[in-house]
Amino acid sequence: MFNRDTWQEIWMTIKQHKLRTFLTVLGVFWGVFMLIFMLGMGSGLENAVFRDFGNRATNIMYVWSSSTSLPYQGYQPGRYPRLNFDDLEAIKQQVKGVGFIAPRTRQDAKVVHGETAETYEIRGELSQMIKVEALKVYHGRYISDLDNEESRKVAVLGTRTAEVFFGKDIEKAIGEYVTINGAEFLVVGIFGPEVIKPWTEDDQEAVVIPLTTMHRTFGLDGRVHYFAVSAKEGYRISQIEPQVRSLLKARHHVAPDDPRGISGFNLDAQFRKIRGLFDGISAFLWIVGIGTLLAGIVGVSNIMLIVVKERTKEIGIRKAIGATPASIISSILTESIFITAVSGYLGLLAGVLVIGGINFLMEQSGVESQMFYNPEVNLGIAVGAMILLTIAGTVAGLIPAILAARVNPVIALKDE
Amino acid sequence: MIALRDIRKAYATEFTRLEVLKGIDLTIEDGEYVSIMGSSGSGKSTLLNILGILDDYDSGTYHLDGTLISKNLSQKEAAYYRNRFIGFVFQSFNLLNFKTAQENVALPLYYQKISRKERADLAMHHLEQVGLADWATHFPNQMSGGQQQRVAIARALATSPKVILADEPTGALDSKTSHEVMEIFDRVNNEGRTLIIVTHEMDIAHRTKRIIHIKDGIIINQDE
Repeated sequence: MFNRDTWQEIWMTIKQHKLRTFLTVLGVFWGVFMLIFMLGMGSGLENAVFRDFGNRATNIMYVWSSSTSLPYQGYQPGRYPRLNFDDLEAIKQQVKGVGFIAPRTRQDAKVVHGETAETYEIRGELSQMIKVEALKVYHGRYISDLDNEESRKVAVLGTRTAEVFFGKDIEKAIGEYVTINGAEFLVVGIFGPEVIKPWTEDDQEAVVIPLTTMHRTFGLDGRVHYFAVSAKEGYRISQIEPQVRSLLKARHHVAPDDPRGISGFNLDAQFRKIRGLFDGISAFLWIVGIGTLLAGIVGVSNIMLIVVKERTKEIGIRKAIGATPASIISSILTESIFITAVSGYLGLLAGVLVIGGINFLMEQSGVESQMFYNPEVNLGIAVGAMILLTIAGTVAGLIPAILAARVNPVIALKDE
Repeated sequence: MIALRDIRKAYATEFTRLEVLKGIDLTIEDGEYVSIMGSSGSGKSTLLNILGILDDYDSGTYHLDGTLISKNLSQKEAAYYRNRFIGFVFQSFNLLNFKTAQENVALPLYYQKISRKERADLAMHHLEQVGLADWATHFPNQMSGGQQQRVAIARALATSPKVILADEPTGALDSKTSHEVMEIFDRVNNEGRTLIIVTHEMDIAHRTKRIIHIKDGIIINQDE
């Protein structure tokens, strides 16, 4: 199949019909280019949406309390159940598959350092909230379990808070003291959101202290405003959520069928909904892309039919001097696969270059878009496209090749 | 070399059945120089196609060099026999225009899976035989009709076939070049090759050693 004569013939046909070959190549080129380009743009859209999730854990639910809507066990509706520290222990012991629980209690308080005094949101936490939300430690460390056990007076400042008290060089804040509600706290770290967005500004201005310390110094008596529950490996949070909710309802005298009282937000379900949306978009892009590609391939098949028609006499001569049907089929197929593969590869290359170029330009010029980020073509798609092309080339050449093999030399060689 | 026994062939259409060959008995010995004559529609082309294994026949037997050429060969087998046993020369030369003289001559050897180098050497040798060694790298459209036909003869000889079948080999040539081509055929026959020429030109036919007249699908006489 791959000897010099076959290639020579392919080259001759291409050279003799430059325009025709060019148009054929263009068809497949455009098909592959569009497929790759659209999938790349799709990935840009997808990356932009998932960027907002950041490194946020997704197998997670949030639980908080809200006013009840049904009377139960003698309690009137409209009551706010109060979540507390003991609830966490109860969940850990009674619900299977719970990984960790990250509570947060928040209260605004006056923070003072030197001459500066500002009111900020104070968050009482255990050690894990940093793992749950798209937050990161910029300098120093976060709140640890030991801080909570010993109720240490330590604080982790948000980046903007640190800037207000200690100037641009926020690293210098570590080791300094701030006064919160009259008590002195040692600054041990600086934290902030992974990406700065309008809705992450709160995180920049918050101050985090150990939850146990907060309970003592603020007189909150075990109060927890809300908490995140993670699922262990092998468990889905969607399975755990109803158990957690009904346990809390029982503990806080909320009617089991009350839709309110104990509220929750399951990130996993949201995440999977968005995933599903993008899987849908991706499937759509594949269908459109493959449709375009198919049109190109029909073009190749058409051209190959013309080639066979034009070469009927030549094929007749070849058969008369001993060409087998198999050798004729193989030469037509090789030509077809060659044309599709070359033009497809060029389309692939162009698609990757354009997507890569857009990504490069966006990074270079620092363009930030809410809707578009880091478009990419993954290797699997590229390899898949190449395999698809080879199959396509074979299919495109098959009918013309079979027709060529059927050429009757007696008719083909009739002198007219 | 060739033995045909009661060969019959008919072309059937939806409404009619046209009998082209109505029982051909023909024996051609090894090394013979034969011409087949007949008017158009006499069945001589069909006979040549059957001899050349380009067409099949309905009944009878055909032996070529002792091998039975069955009436229902597969395309692959037919290709094999054509390649090994038969060399064709056509009225319109039927060279491939995008190949040089040497490549044209080498083409049948390609289908015998002979190496490129050997093919080129053999092709060159046969071009020398027809006096066109200097034209090896020329393309057919750079050559005269006579030269093209000589290239075609070299191609027919390239595989050292048992039989050369020539269909009106001088039909497209003037009398001078016809003469040159026939001289080559004479020489090929003198070397012991079996040659069958289909023609309707008397002077061409008379150069051969036996003339077979065919009319309405049967052989009417065979002159020595």
